[in-house]
Order: sequence, then C-alpha cells, then structure tokens
Amino acid sequence: MTDVSLEKLTKAYPGQTRPAVNDVSMHIDGGSLTALLGPSACGKSTILKMIAGLLPPTSGDIRFARQSVLQLPPNRRDAVMVFQNHLLFPYMTVGENIGFGLKMRHEPKKDIDRAVGRMLELVQLEDMGTRKPNQLSGGQQQRVALARALILRPKILLLDEPFSNLDANLRLEMQQLLNSLHQELGTTMLFVTHDKEEAVGLSNKIALILNGTLRQYASATVLYGQPKDEDVARFFGARNFVPGKCGPGYFDCALGRFTLPESVSSTGRLLTFRPENIVVGGDNILENSFHATLASKQFLGSQTVLGLQKGDIFFEALLSPQIAEPLQEGSTVSVHLPQRSLWILG
Amino acid sequence: MLMQTNRHTENSRDGLSGPVWFSLILLVSWLVLPLIPLAIWSVSRSWYFPDIIPSAFSLRAWNYVFSSTSDVLPALGVTTLIALCATLLSVIIGLPAGRALGLYQFRGKALVELLILAPTIVPGIAVALGLHVVFLSLGLAGSYLGVLIVHLIPTLPYMVLVMAGVFANYNPDTEAQARSLGASAIQTFFYVTLPAILPGLLIGSLFTFLVSWSQYILTLLIGGGRVVTLPLLLFNFASAGRNDITGAISMIYILPGVVLLLLGARHLTGRSRAVESLRQI
Repeated sequence: MTDVSLEKLTKAYPGQTRPAVNDVSMHIDGGSLTALLGPSACGKSTILKMIAGLLPPTSGDIRFARQSVLQLPPNRRDAVMVFQNHLLFPYMTVGENIGFGLKMRHEPKKDIDRAVGRMLELVQLEDMGTRKPNQLSGGQQQRVALARALILRPKILLLDEPFSNLDANLRLEMQQLLNSLHQELGTTMLFVTHDKEEAVGLSNKIALILNGTLRQYASATVLYGQPKDEDVARFFGARNFVPGKCGPGYFDCALGRFTLPESVSSTGRLLTFRPENIVVGGDNILENSFHATLASKQFLGSQTVLGLQKGDIFFEALLSPQIAEPLQEGSTVSVHLPQRSLWILG
Repeated sequence: MLMQTNRHTENSRDGLSGPVWFSLILLVSWLVLPLIPLAIWSVSRSWYFPDIIPSAFSLRAWNYVFSSTSDVLPALGVTTLIALCATLLSVIIGLPAGRALGLYQFRGKALVELLILAPTIVPGIAVALGLHVVFLSLGLAGSYLGVLIVHLIPTLPYMVLVMAGVFANYNPDTEAQARSLGASAIQTFFYVTLPAILPGLLIGSLFTFLVSWSQYILTLLIGGGRVVTLPLLLFNFASAGRNDITGAISMIYILPGVVLLLLGARHLTGRSRAVESLRQI
C-alpha cells in the first residue's frame, strides 16, 4: 500500500494575488480513504491534479512511498484520477472505455477483454459493455468511469467530486460501492468533495481546505468536537461562540464560570459548544449550569432549534422535539453545558 | 442556402410545397445550367450562332487536354500539389491557433480574431500587390513556395475559424483524463483529441483545399507566369477564344469540388458538430 506525502505544496497562477494552493503539507496513509473537503474553488481539485501529474506545482514536493514523483508524467505515475463529469470517451463503447488504459499499455486484446468483463461485473454493468456512454444513466456512467480507473489497479485513486452530479439515492449507492471497493482492493483513495456529510460518512480522515490552505487534517470526530479555529468550527456547523478568558481548568465569560475537562487546554479566548450537546430544562443545579431566556423556538421535523439569550449573549441549542415541546417561548429555562461538550478556540 | 433547403425537405417529408419545389429547381439550375454549355463545348467542333446544338462533334479538345504537348496535366498536378500543401500547412498552423482561440480567454483576443478574419474582408489584389514587392526582395516571387505561402492568406482564416468553433465546444479535461489513464501525449492526440475534432478538421480542410484550388489573382501575381495552375490556364484559353478547350479544362477543374462535396455531404447535413460550430461563427 502506497502512502502519499505532500511537502509544502504550492500552486500560484500568474496574475493572481493569492496562490490557489498555499504551502500544503500532509501525509496520507497507504490504503486509507481520505477526503479533501472545502467550498468550491478552494484549491482542492488543484491539489488532486498536481498529485495526478496534470498540473505542475509552483513549489513543494509530492512523494509516493517516499519517492518524489514530480519528474514523472501523468501516464507514468501510479495514480489515476477520475474527473467530476466522468468524461467518458463518447465515440467508444462502454467496454472500450473501460479497457482504454490497458490498450494504451499495449496489453494483448484477449487479456483486455477478460479484465473488462471482470470490471463490468464489479460495478454491476454486466450487459452494458457494447453500449455507447450516452445510452447509460448518470449513475451508470459514473460507475464506468470508476471501472475505467480501477482496471489499471492503481496504487492511488484520485476522485474529483465523484458523486456531485448524482441524485441522493444514486449517491448513497455509489458511496457504498466505493466503500466496498476500497475495503476489497486496499487502494489508497483520495477524494475531493464540498459536502461535509459525504466526507464524514465515507472517509477515514478529512483534510479541510479553505482558500488554498490546509486548515485542519484529522478524523471527523476531531473536526466536529475539537476544531482548530473558528473558521473550521463554523465550517462544521458550530454556531455558539462566547468570548472570555481562560484560567487553570476553567473559563470565565458572560455566561458564568465553566469548568473545563482536563483534555482541553486552558489557553484561548473563545468558548464553543455544539448546539446538539446542550441540555436544556433540567431541574437539578449541576456544575456548568445557568439560566437563560428562551427567545425563539423552531420545529424542524427531527429536531427543534432553540434560540437562547443571556444578557448580550445569544446561542442556539438543538433538542429532540419531544423534550422541547413543553418549553414556552419567553420563559426562563435552565441550561447545562456538559464538561465534555466544551472546547476552547485560540 | 443548402442547409436551408435541406431543413425544408425535412419539415415536409410528405410532399414538397410549390414554392419549395420552385426554389429547389431554381437553385439546381443556377448551379448546373452554366455547366451544360461548357460540357457541350468540350465535345463540339463547330458551334455557331444561332444553332441550338453544335453542327459537328469531336473529341479534339479532350485529345489536346490529355496530350503530352498541352500544359493541362502538369497544371493539374501543380494545382493539386499546391492545394494539398496549403491544406496541410493550414492544418498545422490552424489547429493550434483555433485551439487557443476556442479554449482560452486572453488579452487582445478580439484583435487577433479580427486579424485572422482580415484576409476575407480586405481585397486579395491589394494584399497581393503589396506582397509582390516583399516577395521579390525575398526571392519568393515566381516560385512554387511563394505561391504556396500566398495561398495561405485566404485559406488560413477558414481553417482557424472552423477549428475555433470546434474547440469552443470541446472539454480539454478529456485529454487530462486520458493522460491520467496512462495514455502518452501522442496516444492522447490520436485516440482522444483527433476523433473529437475530426468532423471539423475535415470541413476545414475541404474549405482550404477548394479556396486554394480556385485562386487566380494571387497565383498570377506572385507566380509571375512561372507557376501555372489550372485557373490560369483556363483563363488563357478562354481569353484566346478556344471555347472547346476551355470547356474541357472546366470539366476537369470542377471535378475535385464535386468529389469533395459528395464526400463531405454527410457532414453538411447539419447534424455534424463542425457545421454546428460554423453556424455559431
């Protein structure tokens, strides 16, 4: 299994003030399924193209299994990229599309046919080999694109927004297919997405890219629970930020003094807690509790959003509708922030 | 105009309406009628006013055309060679130029497009007179190479504009995808790029060939009489009053146009991408 290292990778386009990719360093474990997550035009596809060898970096290095690959053209790298719009060759049949890479390697036709047959089976398109790509549905086309890459048994598979053009059901189906293929083949896979649910649901580790820089590279639980800064926290849906001051083991702010868990460092000026971890309406006066006014209440189906106000501070809580039901707008409620839900940002 | 009539016939397949028939007949006669006297001339011995048909027939003109003493066959060779070379050079220059114009936005693009169009707007004779002086000093006047180069002036715009239209509807990521799948740069061109642009390339080459084939003024001025192509020969015999030989050479002269039109007819039906892109221009 091949690991991938990016070392201070930078890509600057002439005439642009800010590099599209700025000093990105990360190590991708061999055999892992990693997501490059970020809003559109944040530079994540540029990183993928540089790894595939389709764009030369301005500076920095890319290593596969500790060997620099910068001098290798795209067709000699062990990385295959699958583009966002599947880009099947329209004048070739599905089978010819899948066998394209092997044909370029001048493999015997007999071997190609056999391999194509196996790939069609793998992506469940057994009877489609002789069709033209435009006779297939969007999901089938995407599967052909995947098969066309996998037939080469690449050590590294790069996927650019592989599911963004598919409807919700197909996307789920494709994600499951990718997941099972990943477990079966042990290929190092790197995919680009702007959808944080997709990144969280599919990958072992997520690299969050904002404005061309790598902001945090960690597992999904860490990104949700222990974001590195406010931007990262906001990207993952954090809404509550309270300024204040840290002391040894506690945090002082307008909501009161909160005891921090030992795992949280006592430096930084911003307290954050996820809306879904707040306990509202408990009777007992626990540690890290206070009273607040229920300013608003909005039923969202599976959840209810509460807007809470204490002094100048406004924050949100997500509750199950059953628990939120008896709470009256305008009333005073008790609020408890469990220790483990607290996190301090720099 | 061809496409216009074509669409009419498609719309009313059950039977053509009167006006459509009328315009169709008008079009065909406009194209074909002038050729009929030429064809007759080529096999006539004596044809004087007010006879409807010649009083005597003969293959004299055709014998002369194919005889070793006439210049017709060498001129046919020269014309074909220059047209083929002009087409080849137009492809070599026009393909990358059209790709750049079709795919990329850059400063001064409008100016470049105007400059490329210019030869189709500016009268050829004005350009040729000026170029003659330059070519004389370069030693290119009166040479085959000089004529070939000057033919590129009217042919290149067609090639560049057709290719720009083709590439405007082309996704260069397909090539990147092929490279990533293990194709070398050369394999990518032959397996991915060429099949995608081939219809446009054929249309552009067809135009280029015929435009070069029909050059008269540029060949006459730059070739200085030393490079003799079919249109020059044709004009010589026509002005000398040899209608029979003029007719025979005309028959040879229209041949490639007819052959290429028949070969290209499939692409001119309006279903090909190349024709689509031509309409966009």
